[in-house]
Amino acid sequence: MTEKSNSENKERVGVYVCHCGTNISKVVDVEEVARWAGEQPNVEVARDYKFMCSSLGQELIEQDIKEKGLTRVVCASCSPHMHEKTFRTACERAGLNPFLFEMTNIREHDSWITDDKVAATAKAKSLVRGSIDRVIHHEPLEQIPVEINPNTLVVGGGIAGITSALELADAGYHVYLVEREPSIGGHMAQLDKTFPTLDCSACILTPKMVDVAQHDNITLLTWSEVEKVDGYLGNFSVTVRKKARYVNEEHCTGCGICIEKCPFKEVDEVFEAGMGTRKVIYRPFPQAVPKYPVIDKENCVYFKTGKCKACEKFCPTEPNSIEFDQEDEILQIDVGNIILATGYDLFDSKRIPQYGYGKLDNVFTGLEFERMVNAAGPTDGKIVLRDKESTPKSVGIVHCVGSRDENYHKYCSKVCCMYSLKFAHLVHERIPDAEIYDFYIDMRTPGKGYEEFYNRLLEEGTHFIRGKVAEVTDAARIPEEEGKLIIQVEDTLIGKQRRIPVDMVILSSAMEARAGSKEVSQLFKMGCDFDGFFTERHPKLDPVATMTDGILIAGACQGPKDVPESVSQGAAAAARVAGLISRGTVMMEPVRASIDQEACSGCKICNNMCPFNAIIFHEDRKVSEVITALCQGCGTCVAACPSGVITGAHFTNDQLFAQIEGVLWDMSAEKASA
Amino acid sequence: MTKNEKPKLAMYWSSSCGGCEVSVLNIHEKILTVDEVFDIAFFPCIADFKTKDVEAYPDGHITVCLWNGAIRNSENEEMAHLLRKKSTFMVAFGSCAYEGCIPALSNLTSKEATFNTVYKDNPTIDNPEGIIPLTSVQVPEGELTIPEFYNTVKSLDQVVDVDYYLPGCPPEPEQIWAVLQVIVGALLEGAPLPPKGSIVGASNVAVCEGCEREKSEKAIDRFYRPYEIVPEPDVCLLEQGLVCMGLATRGGCGALCPSVGIGCRGCYGPMPGVEDQGAKMLSAIASVISAGHESMEEAELEERIQTVVDTIADPAGTFYRFSMAHSLLQRAKVNGSNGKGEAA
Repeated sequence: MTEKSNSENKERVGVYVCHCGTNISKVVDVEEVARWAGEQPNVEVARDYKFMCSSLGQELIEQDIKEKGLTRVVCASCSPHMHEKTFRTACERAGLNPFLFEMTNIREHDSWITDDKVAATAKAKSLVRGSIDRVIHHEPLEQIPVEINPNTLVVGGGIAGITSALELADAGYHVYLVEREPSIGGHMAQLDKTFPTLDCSACILTPKMVDVAQHDNITLLTWSEVEKVDGYLGNFSVTVRKKARYVNEEHCTGCGICIEKCPFKEVDEVFEAGMGTRKVIYRPFPQAVPKYPVIDKENCVYFKTGKCKACEKFCPTEPNSIEFDQEDEILQIDVGNIILATGYDLFDSKRIPQYGYGKLDNVFTGLEFERMVNAAGPTDGKIVLRDKESTPKSVGIVHCVGSRDENYHKYCSKVCCMYSLKFAHLVHERIPDAEIYDFYIDMRTPGKGYEEFYNRLLEEGTHFIRGKVAEVTDAARIPEEEGKLIIQVEDTLIGKQRRIPVDMVILSSAMEARAGSKEVSQLFKMGCDFDGFFTERHPKLDPVATMTDGILIAGACQGPKDVPESVSQGAAAAARVAGLISRGTVMMEPVRASIDQEACSGCKICNNMCPFNAIIFHEDRKVSEVITALCQGCGTCVAACPSGVITGAHFTNDQLFAQIEGVLWDMSAEKASA
Repeated sequence: MTKNEKPKLAMYWSSSCGGCEVSVLNIHEKILTVDEVFDIAFFPCIADFKTKDVEAYPDGHITVCLWNGAIRNSENEEMAHLLRKKSTFMVAFGSCAYEGCIPALSNLTSKEATFNTVYKDNPTIDNPEGIIPLTSVQVPEGELTIPEFYNTVKSLDQVVDVDYYLPGCPPEPEQIWAVLQVIVGALLEGAPLPPKGSIVGASNVAVCEGCEREKSEKAIDRFYRPYEIVPEPDVCLLEQGLVCMGLATRGGCGALCPSVGIGCRGCYGPMPGVEDQGAKMLSAIASVISAGHESMEEAELEERIQTVVDTIADPAGTFYRFSMAHSLLQRAKVNGSNGKGEAA
């Protein structure tokens, strides 16, 4: 069939083989591939060139289209992710429909994965032949314009999400900011100081939180979670569950009398990291935004026994703000883009039993120490042991807890060196005569002012010991170790095992992906890596976009990062969205599915298959139809249709079979008979 | 064929069951019309002809040859070449000729294994010396020969050029009559013939179109064999867990099987443009298996899916019951067989 249509209606194919500097040509014999390509059926011209993506390379294609009357173009170079658009545009400039172009990846799929020149060259030929045979069957397609809804959803109210929301709101666009905790602020609100400048974290964060609360262009939805996401770039429809607060936000003035009067306390595992308590009706922290408290239904005595109602009794507002019968609200929000800034979890230090956390009282996690050292925290900023009285005379700070460790996370958590140094400084500041030991594998302080901060700590007299801590124990071997925590470590700079007795140990735990990040990535239909961090479109050149158009990521949900980096990403994602909104319309790939209405039997296999709900069933005619505007071209229905009457544009059976046969050219009869 | 001469009709059987001949005769009294219009030139089932009679015909003498049966042995292949040469229109008649049908299920195994089952390992066989057919054997009276049994069953068009395909196991009598009318119309009144290579006597829409059962969106958590359940009368059989190939099968039969509660077996073959009916059906079934949800761990999900899949008895025989020879697979790789029909 392939042969017949070719002989009847011969296409003129131009093949361009890129050297990519030496990225391709050092392994693939590109001249040979181009020479050979010139001999393949339908090929009018085949060339190799140093950089096809350069202006001169593109001009080669344009010139050949005009002068040699090419009807199809194949470019064998890098991944289509890199330059498909470049070459399509070049074709378009020369008057050729951009979809009559096919890209062959002989870099990522070939030259970068082997040193075997013979095999790599043979593979390049196979891939090129596949593309030549495929492109013959390409059809001209027109891009589809899509209107961009100017509203944006930001998920996560930490510093990254706050930044995104404010940037967009200040640019004049409406933002829905969804946060699952009762207040925005995220992890940054829990911190005392920020490195390396030692700014008071709350002092720099709370003004931004207030801006969010007061901004006309921001609809703040705290104590809320996204349940469902439908649609596509420009037109997402999002279902948000606004959990019952049991406090009426319209009537409540945030006076806090209810909190004061509530007779019951609970250990605050979230904001205070278990170091302090909160009331059953509570605000996570004094500067919480919004100011309205929330009732912890699980622990509320009224909800458990039907008695108490102290909060309601003392609420001074008229009408009363306490609403015990409040129910979750389900909100439907239409937005054009979504920015995910869902943050991180802290590594659970109990997973490393030899460090003693949870068994040895005076082993603290980094977040516990953050709360302890915070002036607004459970100890009013005093550094004390677990008995809440004794001041430690010696403190050991252990780096890389859960990170740079084959057993837990292989990655470097990036912020721990710096926050460990900050801890050391704060101990020096609060307990001037304390001895501080800092155990590090490598000191990583890249960043503006970071190395200088390290030097400052060296001068402040912190004892730096280079080595990974083996164990923290209370089993004393000599009298000096009695009643102490002993840190067993190999000091790699002097090449000796050391046992260092201290009063307090702080574990600098790693940042890790949120529990449930896989579910979140599925909810938003984009990817996450094995560690659970969301996958960016390109690690260097497109760090805030994802492979799903209209879904962006910012902050620590993409990987460990500190405050300035999270802020940069939040702003970058907002800028990207603002750009799309100001364009108003974007052109979408016309790679869409369509159903042959004459041939559809109405079997209803496809109808619940579409992740974008783009397939409708006509009861009167008993046939299904794909709504082109909703279709995202994923191909699920095309594969599922048992009758083969759903076609995916640009991925038709003819195209794919021709490509497969082309790739297998040297296995075919043509070769056998030659 | 001179002006006053009647067109010549032939029907020959190769590897088949004889059902196609019965189906032709099932057009009832219209068979008399066939006899009026055609001279029967070769039709071993109903009239006594010998191969030498056919050999004596000039090339193209037979106007229409309805060939039913797959190519199983060397005799089938020789006759296919002979009748192709002697016929103007060669019609692959019925599923065996069109796509291999039941005989081609033996492409899932080898010639040796087939012989073992038929001549040695079958409980009803008494063959202590383990004799299996040989193409040639010496007896006192001389050499006896029989045709060679091939390792791979082929469809007719894998051996000779075919003009038209008439699907079905067997083709429905009214479809046969409709096709004969088209041919007669063309021969006697000069009406246009369908283009060469056409599939005739069938629809271009799947069997479901003609099936009256109510269809809904599908989510199947286990499959049943027909004897295991009595299906609801008005609900899509596939939704009830009975494998029904109707959605992957060309219509034209009038959805006879699903109408009486038996899942479509798929005998009318793949839809236009589909290369592999079995793979298409598998792909569809894989899309509607209901086994857990997205957030489950991969391993658990895989196990649950496997549990559902395990309830499909004989998947190859179910999905490729009629189309094995003509599918992308064509045959299974068995004991070093090279997949081209020759033993390695």
